[in-house]
Amino acid sequence: MERENRTITHRDVMPSDSVGWTEAGKVRLFSEEEPFVTELGGRLPSVEVEYETYGALSPGGGNAILVEHALSGDAHAAGRDRAWREQGRPWRASRPGWWDSMIGPGKAIDTDRFFVICQNVLGSCYGSTGPGSIDAGTGRPYGRSFPLVTVGDWVRLQARVLDELGVERLHAVVGGSLGGQQALEWALAYPGRVDRVAVLAAAPSLSAQGLAFNAVGRQAIMSDPAFRNGDYYGGPLPASGLAAARMLGHITYLSEEGMELKFGRRLKPEREGGFGVEFEVESYLDHQGRSFVERFDANSYLYITRAMDYYDASRWGGGDMTEACRRIAADVLVVSFDTDWLYPPKACRLLARALTRSGRRVTYVNLSSRYGHDAFLVEAEELGRFLKPFLEQGRRAR
Amino acid sequence: MKADSLAAPERLVEWISSFFDVPPVDVRRFVASRERGNSASSREGRRWQDALIEREIPQGASVLDLGCGRGDLLSRLAASRSVRGQGVELDPGGVEACIARGVPVIQSDLDEGLRDFPDGSFDFVVLEETLQTLRSPMTILEEMLRVGGRGIVSFPNFAFWKVWTDFALRGRMPVTSSLPYRWHDSPNIHLFTFRDFADWARASGVRLAAVHVRSGEGVRRYGEGDDFRGEEMLVVVEKDRIPSGTGRESEER
Repeated sequence: MERENRTITHRDVMPSDSVGWTEAGKVRLFSEEEPFVTELGGRLPSVEVEYETYGALSPGGGNAILVEHALSGDAHAAGRDRAWREQGRPWRASRPGWWDSMIGPGKAIDTDRFFVICQNVLGSCYGSTGPGSIDAGTGRPYGRSFPLVTVGDWVRLQARVLDELGVERLHAVVGGSLGGQQALEWALAYPGRVDRVAVLAAAPSLSAQGLAFNAVGRQAIMSDPAFRNGDYYGGPLPASGLAAARMLGHITYLSEEGMELKFGRRLKPEREGGFGVEFEVESYLDHQGRSFVERFDANSYLYITRAMDYYDASRWGGGDMTEACRRIAADVLVVSFDTDWLYPPKACRLLARALTRSGRRVTYVNLSSRYGHDAFLVEAEELGRFLKPFLEQGRRAR
Repeated sequence: MKADSLAAPERLVEWISSFFDVPPVDVRRFVASRERGNSASSREGRRWQDALIEREIPQGASVLDLGCGRGDLLSRLAASRSVRGQGVELDPGGVEACIARGVPVIQSDLDEGLRDFPDGSFDFVVLEETLQTLRSPMTILEEMLRVGGRGIVSFPNFAFWKVWTDFALRGRMPVTSSLPYRWHDSPNIHLFTFRDFADWARASGVRLAAVHVRSGEGVRRYGEGDDFRGEEMLVVVEKDRIPSGTGRESEER
């Protein structure tokens, strides 16, 4: 099993604080006799999980950090993918992993100290089993016959993968947005297995406004004529629907202020006229939509946004988040960003409040940023100021 | 000047009026002697209080520190008293330092209250040198005693003789070592005296379980004349209830 990914390090082409070339590992679990049964009763006889690791597991095994990705993320959190060509992932050719600014030697999540693991979630399209995978029963892609998955399913599966990797206890689980909800779920579902949890730009559940945005995104996909009820594999893709969903998503990831500063009302140098792309902001969203279609599966978008919709951490307390938090044994760091309107400070603050009310050890910080929800990906330096000491502090006796 | 030895305020007033023609006292040395700024940076000046608080807090107690700065007090209490500590601090630099020391901290404005904390969830709630800077000091005092069994509050005493002699002699807003700000840059928007505080306590059914006084370099138990000789006060308060006759109750003044 691949644990040490730094057999070749190209310091010439990569900065010295990069984890270097990475190569994904795969774990195959479950069987026809013992399938993975989802929270909602779906059955998967075979599940494959793609993961990456950086750094080395200490002899005592006490230095493992699980990093959780968000909606459109993958297991490639840091470094440069050595196998992008073979895997057919050209978008990785010139770009490092999605949280490369945070993970690496000496960085906030310091790979000189910690063994970092990132797993692609069930239902995604980046190497783990999802609606685009072949259903052995039919020999065709699952499409819409793939069972609905939940954040709870993801975390349960991640725990199984960690068993396979020989990681019993986690020093920390860290994630932003939907990844933050997975981190929170870890603290609730496996209180004895995790010492620290960092929930960034995330709340115990999505707001009505967030549900509404997801609904419109899915509607755009499902009303694309090429969607064909999810059975589009091998034919034309529901590209315009998925692009529209992504464009809408991007509006929710930016702040009003950030958009004004980045684009304002500026027009594109080469205007298309009429109802074509005229404004810089239109051009940006158009680009985001188009490039997303090249790297993401529309069905996965449906399944993952649904998991995001369903998630409600308070179910651990019968609908009462304070009650739910009593399960938690980990120290918790909650970080919000003042311009985030997808998981606004108010919602994150309520999580911190539920934690304090249940007598947990909690640290809450509301950071100032113009980047809105995206800040958890962009504000590496500011976030690192708080995340790094949280991960590196010695645990005090209660 | 022998003002420190003057116990009765009336005599002090006489003394001052007889010297009304003397040039104003030079207060600039006070201004320079003390760093201005947020609560995190002024924490240096709180060492005398932290030592006293440490003595007030028993082994294994739970402590909520409001305006905890860089977590000095809570990390000290965690080490020496094994307390379960929680801090509240607005300044990001303070929050960062707390995290590095393993002190859990909520970044929050005290003027928004203590809604994060349920009734009786801490043995002690500490508020050092902050009460006079709050928009709603009464609310915080009430909240402290809702959340904690005991409150520990420290504040500059506006009746300290140097404060009002400075005011009387210069005719300008007083500037002293414990009130180092000028009228326009002062965070102290609700200045009060020890007697004001005691009035509030009496009217609110709050008992002063212990009162400590700092005057210059000296720290002592509250005694006669300290209403005017005390520069800063550190008061342990609790909701009045029938005395149980345990050791702590004997500290009642």
